[in-house]
Amino acid sequence: MAQILWFENYQPEDTPVLGGKNASLGTMFGAGLPVPPGFAVSADCYRKALADNGLTGQLDALMAGVDPRDTGSVAAAGSRARALIGSLGMTAGLAEAIGAAYARLGSQCGDDALPVAVRSSATCEDQPDASFAGEHDTYLWVRGGDAIVAHVLRCWASLFTDRGIAYRLERGYRQHGAAMSVGVQQMIRPRAAGVAFTLNPLNGDRSQIAIDASWGFGEAVVSGEVTPDNFLVDKVMGAITRRTISAKTLEYRLTAADTVTAVEVEAERQSVPCLTDDEIAAVARLARRAEKHYKCPQDVEWAIDGAQASDGEQSVLLLQSRPETVWSRRPRQVATCNADPITSMVQTLLHPSHGTPDGGC
Amino acid sequence: MADRFPSPFEMPTPPGAEGWQDLYAYSSVFSEDRREYEESAFWFMDGVHSPEAIPPWDATIVEYALIALSQYNTRHYVIPPARGVDLRFLNGYMYLSPVGVADPKEIEARIPEFAERAGYYFANWDRLYAAWVPKVRALIDELESISFSSLPEREDMAVITEGRGTGSALDLLSTYHRLVDLTLKLWQHHFEFLNLGYAAYLDFFGCCKQLFPSIPDQAIAKMVAGIQVDLFRPDDEVKKLAQLAVELGIADRFSGSEPAEQVLAGLRGDPQGDKWLAAWDEAKQPWFNFSAGTTFYHSDKVWLEYPDIPFGFLRTYIAKVQRGETLERPMQAVVAERDRIVEEYTDLIDSDEDRATFQAKLGLARTVFPYVENHNFYVEHWAHTVVWRKMRDLGRVLVAADFFADVDDVFLLSRHEVSEVLFDLYHGWAVGAPSRGPKYWPGEMARRNGIMNALRQWSPPPALGVPPEVITEPFTVMLWGITSDSVRQWLGGAAPDGALSGFAASPGVAEGPARVILSADGIADLQEGEVLVAPLTAPSWAPVFGKIAATVTDVGGIMSHAAIVCREYGLPAVTGTAFGTKTIKTGQRVRVDGNTGSVTIID
Repeated sequence: MAQILWFENYQPEDTPVLGGKNASLGTMFGAGLPVPPGFAVSADCYRKALADNGLTGQLDALMAGVDPRDTGSVAAAGSRARALIGSLGMTAGLAEAIGAAYARLGSQCGDDALPVAVRSSATCEDQPDASFAGEHDTYLWVRGGDAIVAHVLRCWASLFTDRGIAYRLERGYRQHGAAMSVGVQQMIRPRAAGVAFTLNPLNGDRSQIAIDASWGFGEAVVSGEVTPDNFLVDKVMGAITRRTISAKTLEYRLTAADTVTAVEVEAERQSVPCLTDDEIAAVARLARRAEKHYKCPQDVEWAIDGAQASDGEQSVLLLQSRPETVWSRRPRQVATCNADPITSMVQTLLHPSHGTPDGGC
Repeated sequence: MADRFPSPFEMPTPPGAEGWQDLYAYSSVFSEDRREYEESAFWFMDGVHSPEAIPPWDATIVEYALIALSQYNTRHYVIPPARGVDLRFLNGYMYLSPVGVADPKEIEARIPEFAERAGYYFANWDRLYAAWVPKVRALIDELESISFSSLPEREDMAVITEGRGTGSALDLLSTYHRLVDLTLKLWQHHFEFLNLGYAAYLDFFGCCKQLFPSIPDQAIAKMVAGIQVDLFRPDDEVKKLAQLAVELGIADRFSGSEPAEQVLAGLRGDPQGDKWLAAWDEAKQPWFNFSAGTTFYHSDKVWLEYPDIPFGFLRTYIAKVQRGETLERPMQAVVAERDRIVEEYTDLIDSDEDRATFQAKLGLARTVFPYVENHNFYVEHWAHTVVWRKMRDLGRVLVAADFFADVDDVFLLSRHEVSEVLFDLYHGWAVGAPSRGPKYWPGEMARRNGIMNALRQWSPPPALGVPPEVITEPFTVMLWGITSDSVRQWLGGAAPDGALSGFAASPGVAEGPARVILSADGIADLQEGEVLVAPLTAPSWAPVFGKIAATVTDVGGIMSHAAIVCREYGLPAVTGTAFGTKTIKTGQRVRVDGNTGSVTIID
């Protein structure tokens, strides 16, 4: 059983032990997309730890008794499950393997105390019809082998967050089938970050890429704590078809204590666009590459590496890419434009949509 | 914000222009007789074709243009929601009013007629369009064959011996009427395809907007635009001549600043020079029948008659060739880019059915578009040039008869007055007694010149009357760029914060110092990297687009000349800003966003 799987060596058959998020990072690596390097702790490690400690049956029984409509019942079972996992000791062999992999990643990136993100990657998440966004825990800016090991355990426990349990029940996923893989990935210190959809989320227009961007780490945008700058870019023409600059009052920033914390943005920086036109174009190109690779609309997370010069291409990194779930789940939109030229010409003449730069949306 | 524009009846006459109404047809000015209709309608100033006060005879051409447009909408193709476009002159400026069909039942009833008539043209487009260029070229030949000469002291003996039974004055009168009628015929031909071409284009446009609600307008234009467009031929010819001058080793002959005629004369007799002159002469006909203005004024300068204009461009191009720069438009790259755009949008369409519809509509738009792009050279540039020249020939006849002193004074007469003047001339000649003209017209011409000068000083409001809720007439939107949005903007006045908005006519973003140019004479002032700010641009300004950073115009939509040329040259353009030349000052730094249609004054 392989305990550690490097993103750079990803093979599709690894997917069952990597979970959606890690498999996706591995795929992105394989596609040559600019993803920060890292490795995954196999979900088999989680399964083995449970089995070795006799927890598998206990947890199944605990979950079988949950009434999804009763939040009290969900919370009680979740808390008990997390305590059980939290009490596990990690085997020395696994802790060593994780420490060694972290050391190798550090030397690869030229930083012995490399800050990394430790991310949960459940084996039933990121299916095309379920985003599982934010159901499990992610820990930012973790340094040092021991700290990584501790956070891997916390990710395991987060398989049983109340919202994770409820979500699985709601969607009809079997509780005992779920396992947790954990990703450990180099973290950069972003000047700005955010998300991008490879369609216009307001109207499903597949020709557009919608970018939400704000200062600092992307968490402010992902969590919705800030009103981000919004840009709409035409995929084919590359033109920025709309830009909305918002007052970005809050950012996640690295503090003197070496932790990532939400702080208030200085007044003079709040309403300054957080991306240059070159950066907007680079983010759009990156999102488009991800979409072309996966052959369906994507919802990506990206960041601009603050350590790189602001020259567009090289400084943009892809942190995550998953299938877009809102419009993709709708029935195919059959446009109402009539095939008969005369009939539709009459319609066009009667209801002109022309001349309004953003006609129709 | 006001909900209506001033009434045409509230507009004062500019001082010194009293009596201007008499210079125009009684049916083309606002009057108490039709006040109720005229006050309730919406009128916009046609800055696209006629940014300045229009001299009385020049009014002929715009009247013919609008009557032909209207007739095709109303009587030929029965466009369901639109009748014609009404026209009035106010203080010498042209105001237009799109006339819609209000009754939904009537619109419904017009649909089958439109389907039958327009459908026939679409179904037989290639055959009918193949006949168009020969038809217009024959008409231009006929215009060219027209000649005006002074009445003879005696009729030729042949008139007697052949028993002709008519005299020279009848020829003079009927030749003038033939010129006027051919001009009307020209404009009927102009609109034979244009309304339908726009309708097919708008249909594809609407389909694109339904499939991709946020697709930029210029992406649609790029998918349809032709690669070889006759409107760019004059510029291409000058580039070829520049190349040839370098190849023949005579580039230095163009390096000074001598007038074109002097350089041309200097080349004559020299073997290399003669080769170049042969190429120059070949290029001239027909491609230098190319106006530096809108072509709707007799005073617009035409390359053929002002060789210094193409010479200026020629010199710029020769310098480029000598620096090793390539002049040729990258045709293969343009074709490849067009194919890429179509392919990528096609791939983004979800269903096969929609993809087929998209392809079919694109196909029809591409079938009709060569006409939309090419007619302008034949009708406006070439044929108008001939009409203005023939009218000057007639002016010379009247100057020779002492009716007035300046040949161009003939354009201070309305087309109907010219008939009267010729009758006066005829009368004097026939009777052998003085015509009234030589005593009457010199003073009258002085008065009229005074009126025209006063009218030119007036600043016409962009619109008059009551704006409609939506604007549906296809030309009003496509060509004039008048939309419900622009009307709202006009009502609100210019934005105070130095921001302007208009049509995103050509993609890209650029910044640079502005240069406000109010007429073709100013284009020589443009410096490398400047942003051209003009009421509108003419196709023949094309060569300046090689050195500017971006273009901003007061008027025009996504099919206006500035838009077409900027897309061709890959420059950002925002058209139809209404207040660009009034708001922006030369030297100010401006940012032009051709993707969103906004212009920002930075300092």
